[in-house]
Amino acid sequence: MTRLRLARPDEPARALQLPLYAHRVRAGFPSPADDFIDRSLDLNEFLVRRPSATFFAWAEGDSLRDIGIGPGDLLIVDRAAERRQGSVVVAALDGELTCKILDLRRQRLLSANDAFPPIDIAGREDLLIEGVVTHSIRSHLR
Amino acid sequence: MYALVDCNACYASCEQIFRPDLRGKPVIVLSNNDGCIIARSAEAKALGVPDLQPYFRIAGRLRRDGVAVFSANFRLYGDISGQVMATLRGLAPRVEQYSIDEMFLDLSGMTLDLEAFAADIRDRLWREVRMPVGVGIAPTKTLAKLANHAAKKIKRDGVAVLDRPDKWRWLLRRVPVDRVWGIGRRLKRRLDALGIHSAWQLAEADPAFIRRHTSLQVERCIRELNGEPCFALEEQPPAKKEIFVTRSFAEKTGRLDDLLGHISRYAVAAAEKLRAQDGLCQSLYVFAHSSEFEPGLYRGSRSLALPWPSSDSRLIARHARAAMRRIHRPGVRFMKCGIGLLDIRDRRFHQGDLFTPGQNAEDDRLMELLDRINRRFGRDSLVFGSEGLNGKWTMRQNLLSPNYTSRWAELPRVRCH
Repeated sequence: MTRLRLARPDEPARALQLPLYAHRVRAGFPSPADDFIDRSLDLNEFLVRRPSATFFAWAEGDSLRDIGIGPGDLLIVDRAAERRQGSVVVAALDGELTCKILDLRRQRLLSANDAFPPIDIAGREDLLIEGVVTHSIRSHLR
Repeated sequence: MYALVDCNACYASCEQIFRPDLRGKPVIVLSNNDGCIIARSAEAKALGVPDLQPYFRIAGRLRRDGVAVFSANFRLYGDISGQVMATLRGLAPRVEQYSIDEMFLDLSGMTLDLEAFAADIRDRLWREVRMPVGVGIAPTKTLAKLANHAAKKIKRDGVAVLDRPDKWRWLLRRVPVDRVWGIGRRLKRRLDALGIHSAWQLAEADPAFIRRHTSLQVERCIRELNGEPCFALEEQPPAKKEIFVTRSFAEKTGRLDDLLGHISRYAVAAAEKLRAQDGLCQSLYVFAHSSEFEPGLYRGSRSLALPWPSSDSRLIARHARAAMRRIHRPGVRFMKCGIGLLDIRDRRFHQGDLFTPGQNAEDDRLMELLDRINRRFGRDSLVFGSEGLNGKWTMRQNLLSPNYTSRWAELPRVRCH
């Protein structure tokens, strides 16, 4: 659990920048690869497009089993992302943060597990979509 | 034009972000040590919960009314404030963070429908951060502050634009003079004596006359009230010239060891602030005193110079402890102590001296590492032995919310069942 840096979404982390080459003055033949190594990969850049509108959360339960979200998965939620047909969203439902699939056409929230029926949201003023789950991360360490 | 964006009941709103069950409900936040009420949601205000009251006095009533009560979680508030700032930076090129919950935007050079822009700021901050805000827009910062007040208290829809003299004059006639930015209690008394009671009267007063009786600052304020900008945007907060960390103890103590532990902790906290603004301090002020409400009040203090300008927690804490040893008197039960870092200079302009020792690069690296570890793993992950191991738990924070944004184990939980 401490493999990743304790990153706040508002601060594109520098922690995962692993310079492949430390540039030094060297005598002798210059490496032809030097010209191509100019930056390192930052996982935050890939996972968090809008740091100021993003939060992280833990998933609990298995109602989204069939789309590959399970208990203990890390969810990356972007509040500013566009809500589309089929978006995986976090909704504030009956005062709780709940993960569902958004069915805009039929105004329903769906699960991805036969044990959980759809929820009608037509005319539900109290329901608020908090954001769109852009990525989920599962640890496979044992 | 300037916009002032002000978060509504900022701390209470932060507590509601990851708790949708608390939105639209009375929520209050308590100060350090759970002593005082420092923030109230609109619903708590509507219930008549008073501001800045000792919590224990009304705890029973709050429980009966179903008010949600939190200890101040400044890490969370700081993170959310950062998200608000970042969102605003996407909307205007120049933004000043005036306080944790107030930001000025400089709109010059932007051609805008101001009403629509203000509404857009509100919508974006609600949608993307879940922070409700008020927005005031006007040609000067002082008028923007008043516009914000009007947006919340008079118009009540959270947006007010004072882009024409007739609009701000309308407002100036309706607010007392101490509503004006920079007019505190002392200036209000002085202005009252001059027959100036409303913001309108101040705006109409003769600037030269007022300046003679008060200060240049108030003259500038008059010009600002008339739509003439005198205060520019300060994108970089000015570095502090002094840094103080002082606390009352949870329990009075006469033991030197306790005092040394406390002062070490405050010294380390102050040094961390000093490094955050990239400063070096040259002298310290250390004090301690017994309770002001008991007979035989004892106050002790020492000022001392450091051997060289420093931001090293170890050096500062060592000298603070030495000062505390000389302040301590057997038999005195101490109530409070504190440290001030004085004579602070910007280390970028600091000139090293070839012939006297200074803070070396290794010390700098060690301090940087210390700060990084404590930022990453939470405050107090790495502490100095001299800080003591029990003292840091003395702050009462019984009602602290999770660190939703800064600890992996405390992220919000999302139901999938």
